[in-house]
Amino acid sequence: MLRYTLKRLLSLVISLAVASIVIFVVIEVAPGDPASFMLGMNAQPETLAALRSELGLDASKPERYLTWVTGMLSGDFGTSYTYRTPVSQMIGDRLWISLPLALYALALSTLVAFPAGIYAASRRGQAGDIGVMGATQLGVAVPNFWFAMMLVLIFAINLRWFAAGGFVGWDQGFWAGLHALTLPAIALALPQAAILARVMRSSLLDVLGEDFMRTARAKGLTARQALWRHGLRNALIPVLTIIGLQFSFLLAGSIIIEQVFYLPGLGRLVFQSISARDLIVVESVVMLLVFSVIVVNFLVDLAYAAVDPRLRSRA
Amino acid sequence: MTLLEINQLSLSIQSYPVLHDVSLSVAEGEIVAITGESGSGKSMTAFAVMQLLPKGAHTDGWIALAGQDITGLSEADLCQMRGNDMGMVFQEPMTALNPVQTIGAQVAETIRIHEPQVSLAQAEDRAAQTLARVGLPQDRFPLSRFPHELSGGQRQRVVIAMAIALRPRLLIADEPTTALDVTTQAQILDLLKSLVQEDGMGLLIITHDLAVVADMADRIVVMRKGEIVEQGATGDLLRDMRHPYTRMLFAASSHEVTLPAAPAPLPLLEVRNITRDYRLPRKTPFGPPGSFRAVDDVSFTLQRGERLGLVGESGCGKSTLTRAILGLEQVQNGSITLDGEPVFTGNQPNLVVRRKMQVVFQDPFGSFNPRHRVARLITEPFHLLQDPPTGAARTHAVAEALEAVGLSATDGDKYIHEFSGGQRQRIAIARALIIRPELIIFDEAVSALDVSVRAQILDLLAELCRDYDLTYLFISHDLSVVRSVTDRVLVMKSGQIVEQGPTREVFENPQHIYTQTLIAAAPVLPDIGVPA
Repeated sequence: MLRYTLKRLLSLVISLAVASIVIFVVIEVAPGDPASFMLGMNAQPETLAALRSELGLDASKPERYLTWVTGMLSGDFGTSYTYRTPVSQMIGDRLWISLPLALYALALSTLVAFPAGIYAASRRGQAGDIGVMGATQLGVAVPNFWFAMMLVLIFAINLRWFAAGGFVGWDQGFWAGLHALTLPAIALALPQAAILARVMRSSLLDVLGEDFMRTARAKGLTARQALWRHGLRNALIPVLTIIGLQFSFLLAGSIIIEQVFYLPGLGRLVFQSISARDLIVVESVVMLLVFSVIVVNFLVDLAYAAVDPRLRSRA
Repeated sequence: MTLLEINQLSLSIQSYPVLHDVSLSVAEGEIVAITGESGSGKSMTAFAVMQLLPKGAHTDGWIALAGQDITGLSEADLCQMRGNDMGMVFQEPMTALNPVQTIGAQVAETIRIHEPQVSLAQAEDRAAQTLARVGLPQDRFPLSRFPHELSGGQRQRVVIAMAIALRPRLLIADEPTTALDVTTQAQILDLLKSLVQEDGMGLLIITHDLAVVADMADRIVVMRKGEIVEQGATGDLLRDMRHPYTRMLFAASSHEVTLPAAPAPLPLLEVRNITRDYRLPRKTPFGPPGSFRAVDDVSFTLQRGERLGLVGESGCGKSTLTRAILGLEQVQNGSITLDGEPVFTGNQPNLVVRRKMQVVFQDPFGSFNPRHRVARLITEPFHLLQDPPTGAARTHAVAEALEAVGLSATDGDKYIHEFSGGQRQRIAIARALIIRPELIIFDEAVSALDVSVRAQILDLLAELCRDYDLTYLFISHDLSVVRSVTDRVLVMKSGQIVEQGPTREVFENPQHIYTQTLIAAAPVLPDIGVPA
């Protein structure tokens, strides 16, 4: 298990290094000089040169790559071209909303999907299964911005249980923050839960058809005992894969929901920076997202090995 | 005393009849074997006794265990009985164990589920004793082992340990050795026999292998299409088979064909000192990768018109050798030539050689694309030819190939699912024959077939040998088949050919210790002299 973990860790570091090079090169290749963009069309060449050297753009490319990477390692992501504020601070502020929101949505989705998937699988072909599968079909099909607006209409405008949008800030207390994120989290979780429940169901059905489930029944386990003791853990691998993918998506892909609920999250930051050609912010956010995807994959790999002993010994 | 009694059991699944009027009994300490071909309902009978039937099953008649009818019992009562009063062993040891639990946990579970008052430590203690009893002592096979760390035979021992941990009165074994090598099969059968003797269990063994049946059982039950055609004490039944189906079954099992004499030796395939290593994963991130030698310095010559057999147990390198001969994989050392031409030239398979060889695989279901018609399937080897026949010539070739294997030309328009297993294997042979190859490789080509179908395919082979002067390499784990359809045989073990010679000589007077073990382990049908 230790060797497996070290191997995965090594592959994590290599992936990060490769990703950082790719991102740097792509942004370099993209046309446009940030300095001339910031100063406008009529800038004096001397002013331009001064700004370029201030931004560190006059150094050689490998040097600039190294400055960028070492800066990131010490938490310095550079300065936004548009806002002239540290990028790390901008990202940090947004992350405090996006990360809890993603985790909240993922927790909701998992909490709904596991019981729903297990319930449907254990009642295959019966009314309960058909009902759950119909509901997940709807969950995948309903556009999430429409669902979000319905949530606002019902729970914020009619029932007045929640605010219609905005974020109170964590300084109001953990529960207040969580309360403010509840509607967006539900809106984000719905399609994810629907997908996850379907994966859980089909994965569990595959496992229920395995020979060792029959062996378990022959030992005297009831169908329910066999499902919980032998079925579930074997069904987890595909489910973990989907959870990993969903987390990465939720972290950055929630822009529509952020827009509906007026949440200053990462998705909106990326959107605004791209519109403003604020390349250093885009670069940093992309790197951050790549980092989160790779770390989540690493965690999923560790979870695989915890679930399946065959992976531990293969490494 | 009668332990299990099945009385006039009929079973239908989704109103499709599966069993009809099945009556049999098993006494304490008795071994009863149910035998028959696929679809005879022998496994369903076993599952009916365990009351582990698929959804939509409807039974009539009754099944009594120690005098108690179990067909009317509640699911809760049945769960009490399964594992406790009756245990079951399955066909596929590779998949019968939960891959994510240790063998100790899985054996201990049988104990804990029925005796919840037993502590985990006590249950593990008893699990260890049971594993030792089935030949997996703790010093070599600790409880913490996972199934994937064990071989097929060892896994089957774990399954047996789970089934007998509570010393049930009835043990049901459904094809317990079908997936195992002959030497492992002999060990597992011995283990089952000794367990029956020690515990006085009744054993209901289900197997298609008549040699196993004759060797093991006190009584034999022969089934066909969901009905019992004949049953009786083993000795009596073997001496006096009343039903023609029983006679046919035994005759087909020991079916022998007469091959035409082989022509004068003229080398066709020459394999010289070939070696094939596979890379294993690195032990350390930067250390050298390990390697596994699958084929180790193998040499042999196959003469034109000769029928050569290759026997050996799983993992001995048969498949690697086959792939190397077919040019599907390159070897690291040595040379393989057909008619003097190398199979591989310049790291590329040599097409000139490849079009002279064809192969017939084991699985008649998996080796065809289900969306193509038979005519297209069997003309696939035409891709190898420089100018394949078209139009009328192609139609003629298809008809000729199909008729050669005993099918009709009109079968070319059908899809593969419309044929039975035996017919599919005929189609596979037609596909191999259609380009008139110099050499055909039969890779376990009759292993998945029922005995009666197997006998027909072997007859077909002998016929084709007469009509087409076939040269083939016949790879099989089934010694009796190899004995019947080959002139010469190679015995392979751990990547090496340990013995080769004329088939009859090798079988009658094996020289190498491994060949002797192999032949001794193979169960043999008693010579009962049934008319074919």
